[in-house]
Amino acid sequence: MTIHSMRLRRFTALLAKETRQIVRDPSTFLIAFLLPVLLLFLMGFGVNLDASRTHIGLSLQDDSAVAQSLAATYQDSRYFDVRASGAMAQLEPMLVAGKVRAIIVIPQDFGREAAKGGGAIQVVTDGSLPNSASFIAAYAEGVRATWAAQRATDAGRTRTPPIGVSARFWFNPELESRNFLVPGSIAVVMTMIGSLLTALVVAREWERGTMEALMATPVGMGEFLATKVVPYFILGMISMALCTVLAITVFGVPFRGSVLALLLIAAVYLVPALGQGLLISSGLKNQFVASQVALLTGFLPTMLLSGFIFEISSMPRPIQLLTYIVPARYLIPQLQTVFIAGDDWSLYLPNMAVLLGFGAFLFFLCVRATRRRIA
Amino acid sequence: MIGPRLRAVIIKEIWAVLRDPRARLILIAPPLIQLFLFGYASTMEVNNIRIGVLDLDGGRWSREIVERLEGSPNVREILPLRSDIELRRAIDRQQVIAALRFDQHFSADVSSGRGATVGAVYDGRRSNAAQIVSGYVERIVGETGAMAVTRAPPAIGGSAVTHWFNPNLEYMWFVMPALIAVIAAVSALAVVSQSVARERELGTFDQLMVSPLRAHEILIGKMLPPILVGLANVTFFVILLPTVFGVSVTGSLTLFYFALIFYLLALTGVGMLISTVSSTQQQAFLGMFAVSVPMIILSGYAGPIDNMPAWLQVVTWFNPPAWFLEISEGTFLKAMPAGQVLANTWPIMLIAAGTMTAAAALFRSRME
Repeated sequence: MTIHSMRLRRFTALLAKETRQIVRDPSTFLIAFLLPVLLLFLMGFGVNLDASRTHIGLSLQDDSAVAQSLAATYQDSRYFDVRASGAMAQLEPMLVAGKVRAIIVIPQDFGREAAKGGGAIQVVTDGSLPNSASFIAAYAEGVRATWAAQRATDAGRTRTPPIGVSARFWFNPELESRNFLVPGSIAVVMTMIGSLLTALVVAREWERGTMEALMATPVGMGEFLATKVVPYFILGMISMALCTVLAITVFGVPFRGSVLALLLIAAVYLVPALGQGLLISSGLKNQFVASQVALLTGFLPTMLLSGFIFEISSMPRPIQLLTYIVPARYLIPQLQTVFIAGDDWSLYLPNMAVLLGFGAFLFFLCVRATRRRIA
Repeated sequence: MIGPRLRAVIIKEIWAVLRDPRARLILIAPPLIQLFLFGYASTMEVNNIRIGVLDLDGGRWSREIVERLEGSPNVREILPLRSDIELRRAIDRQQVIAALRFDQHFSADVSSGRGATVGAVYDGRRSNAAQIVSGYVERIVGETGAMAVTRAPPAIGGSAVTHWFNPNLEYMWFVMPALIAVIAAVSALAVVSQSVARERELGTFDQLMVSPLRAHEILIGKMLPPILVGLANVTFFVILLPTVFGVSVTGSLTLFYFALIFYLLALTGVGMLISTVSSTQQQAFLGMFAVSVPMIILSGYAGPIDNMPAWLQVVTWFNPPAWFLEISEGTFLKAMPAGQVLANTWPIMLIAAGTMTAAAALFRSRME
């Protein structure tokens, strides 16, 4: 038997062992299949950044016909669900309790003012939910303005604005937040498998003492790392494919790029993700510490600092700088593009180059970290 | 009240958590880093944006709009574009989030009063941010348009908006109290889910079983450290919020801590269930992770519960962080009265009773 074929046999044997360990452990399946599906569902259905039918209270303090007409407009509005109406004193505790998110007040002299062409309402929002509060204030004013414009038209007074804006939202004209949340979730899923799962594998060998046993064998460290990486790489790709199929079929997210581009994007991203997981694992040797570090340096930055949910340009300067070393930052634009916009290699290639650079650096550190321990 | 056996097991468990210096660090550092990172990174505002402008007109009114955009505090840079192809490329490559297009007759149309139109293109890949930017653009264009009309339009009413509890709508005021609920849950779950699984993986669980300790004594010993870790972390945050982040306490801290105890009990029960069914630390950790991600998403932190579909809102009734987030926001921002705090506490109590009973039953069955 040649040395070459022996090495090959050893490698495949270790690979088989590692694969069997993954397949046998139900928790791997939990993370690779169940959690991604759950995450996709929650992101697709649970997180909706567009306010819809907000519960409000209505305080009608004027009994003129005009005020009644405006109140009826709020009652019928598709943006609001009027939960209670009455005096302010009754509605205020509901705002504290969170039963209504805003109170709209139509004040006493509204009818008289409206007859003169004016007539202002008051909007009190629940500022403890700032994002919703600003949406609600804008919608409340929008409903009032539409109502006023309609009245003006009925009375024969029309006004066209001197400058209009014809807005077009490319790639996502219906403005579905789902269309960017679901592809973004795929980045989170791949980070979970790449960094979180692999962070535990080498640490486990150290903790259980099987690492020493491995060291006594002729297995090289490069070989050892490769057998740890390959199964998780395949797992990551399978999970990504599953998410993509769900995204398209269940959530109706468009897929305008090519399958080849998506596979390449995912494969390239898994390089730094796996490198990070392995580095944490071989550097820390303790499963609890490794898992917490993986959460803190892998999962959280992907959620927070990748531009997936929060705009990077709005963050304070030091945090913006921090985002440059988060691999997911280079993945999110690629995923959003391949799903929603269609292939654009001039956007993919620079991002891929950065990710491969990260990956090479992390694996270099990994090999060094493992080699040193053996010496 | 506490027998010598129980005392011994409590001391042993606290040591087991605190012995390893790295583990000790892991209990304190990540929650703090999370607080700062989440606090500063999670913002729903859209600032420092770049907008592209294709100005085929170059007249008075298009320049006026561009100057106003440049002066806006939300805009960092205006990128001049020379052709429609450049405009398309700038959006495609995400160099700009929005691009405005003025055609050749724009200023003439404005001046003549015929009514003019600005073309605006937004990057729908980031639809939430794009919508907010479109709000900025509409406002600036509207203001410029009002200037173009010499006679002031008749007053047509309006609305006076007051934001209670958070007058300037500072996003951080919302994030910080929410983070107390989220981080307390994550750190308590992380500790408790490892407890039994670790003993089982290392084989010391068998030693516990042959010791004279009763099941409930082991259980209490295992559950106390995560509750203490949770209490310590939250206390730390309660001190940091007013002093560092400027979010002051308006409600009752006594009621807050009363609710917190039950919140931590409910979470410990969940963590203990995970730990008892896991046979390795990896399983316990991944199980904990699989539970805490949906817990956080369904807490109202990532997106308001009000916006979820009705069936999912029902699911949130069984989610302890959803209730505690309400209490935390109430205590910090809303000066929530006792009745309201209690109305959010009793569901947590029920959940705690449920998870503790289930954990104890499962633990007992595993002991035999």
